Amino acid sequence: MIGALNLLAAGKVDTGDTAWMLAATALVLMMTPALGLFYAGLVRSKNTLNTFMMCIAAIAVAGVMWAFVGYSLAFDGSGDLIGGLHNTFLQGVNFAPRDGTTIPHLVFMAFQATFCIITVALVSGAVVERMRFGAFLVFAALWSVLVYAVLAHWAFGGGWLISGGTLDFAGGVPVEMGSGFSALAAALVVGARKDYGRQALLPHNAVYVLLGAGLLWFGWFGFNGGSGFSTGNPSVLAFTNTLLTPACTLIVWFALDLIRGRQVTAIGAATAIIVGCVGITPAGGFISPGWAMLLGALAALPSYAVIVLRPRTRVDETLDVLAAHGIAGFTGILFIGLFAQNSWNGVSDGLLYGNAAQLGHQALAALAAPVYAFGMTFLLLKAIGLVMPLRATEREEALGMDVVAHGEEAYATGEGAILIAPDADGEVEVPVANPV
Amino acid sequence: VKLVIGIVRPEKANDVLEALYRAEVRGFSISRVQGHGGELDRVETYRGTTVKMGLSEKVRFEVAVSDPFVQPTIDALCEGGRTGEVGDGKIMVLPLERVVRIRTGETDDLAVTPVAA
Repeated sequence: MIGALNLLAAGKVDTGDTAWMLAATALVLMMTPALGLFYAGLVRSKNTLNTFMMCIAAIAVAGVMWAFVGYSLAFDGSGDLIGGLHNTFLQGVNFAPRDGTTIPHLVFMAFQATFCIITVALVSGAVVERMRFGAFLVFAALWSVLVYAVLAHWAFGGGWLISGGTLDFAGGVPVEMGSGFSALAAALVVGARKDYGRQALLPHNAVYVLLGAGLLWFGWFGFNGGSGFSTGNPSVLAFTNTLLTPACTLIVWFALDLIRGRQVTAIGAATAIIVGCVGITPAGGFISPGWAMLLGALAALPSYAVIVLRPRTRVDETLDVLAAHGIAGFTGILFIGLFAQNSWNGVSDGLLYGNAAQLGHQALAALAAPVYAFGMTFLLLKAIGLVMPLRATEREEALGMDVVAHGEEAYATGEGAILIAPDADGEVEVPVANPV
Repeated sequence: VKLVIGIVRPEKANDVLEALYRAEVRGFSISRVQGHGGELDRVETYRGTTVKMGLSEKVRFEVAVSDPFVQPTIDALCEGGRTGEVGDGKIMVLPLERVVRIRTGETDDLAVTPVAA
């Protein structure tokens, strides 16, 4: 990202860049409902809507918080730890180009908003099937500012990581490690589902999972391809790497599935797509397509290991956000330190090309982001837990969060439903089979 | 030989299965059914349409057992299915005229006794 900023002449809006960034913003926004579909398929049918709604709620809550304060704290000024307040409530965010880019400040803000939104939605994967919806809304609002905006400032907005030399193209620090290690903390504070470790809690619709993963991959072209804020070389490189890396992750995942269970699994494939996309997220515009393919292959290994080992623990990090995002983001961030290539990115070399210092910068980010995300999320949820209950009662959990939190079912049949018709004299009940 | 029918909450189905295995009852079938048993109706809203859901999801166990196994089967269904709230379900015991195991042609007690492993 720093490379993209330095390379571009500031001061003028470029129509081609702006056109691409408008499209990229829409692509990234679509990733959040796609994640909702992915997550909804992974839970039991009685929690389908609640799981999906947590992602929809992230668009609402994080989107508003971003416009109010999050954007300003992340992207105003170059304070070491946190940005300023000059852009709160979108003051000064208008048609003029954002400093260091050739796109209007408004488009830049909107593009970054979609990143904040999906990151909040990602964390929900740790607490689905038992966290109260109201408590999640409060958590989402505060987390988007206290964790996401801070990490985004460190890695993107001029904070100590980016100014210290850490390279993070599209969000290995704030999005991937930010969500993954926060998810671990959230799972620990909220606690396991009541049936966890006692019953087999299976995904209820593998087709949703595959379709969601496919749509996420599609959206990721905007996510990575837009993170150069232009149609220039870094964007083109990241875009293409977004195709190649997950393809390699898929192949290695197939092989690991074959070795372990003698069958290639569909939900494993969906997971591999996510892991590959996450792995290339920080590295997209910094490494050659060849190294990106190696990254895809290697990123499968630690994430696969965590997915196999985590369910053997008592930690009900339900949808494995840590493995898919935290660990794969960690792999991608470190990989830059080894294989970054000045001849491809115009910014910096990695260890393999003679610049050992870059690996140090990357290792620092790979240490700092998880510690901050985990610690802050842990404290935040403990604090919210003092004010309101975080989780549903056992009875509500057994009934399913769809009926409890939303009064709807994902697969309502209508059989036996009595229509309640509003009437001048009050409510009149009419059997559904015999409507007035 | 009796047919024990147990209608339980879907979320307790696994507990009932466990209890049945513990009681060494190994032959049964289950199906998903909808029913109404005096529990409070849930009100759901879909856009402008508000409805009262008169039917709840239940799981129906059908267990054909020889007479000495009737009480253990009932105990297992009660133990596994009970939450103490309205809507835990019912158990019904019916006489069976004849049971035939298709593979061997064995009838009645022999037909409902699991094959020794």
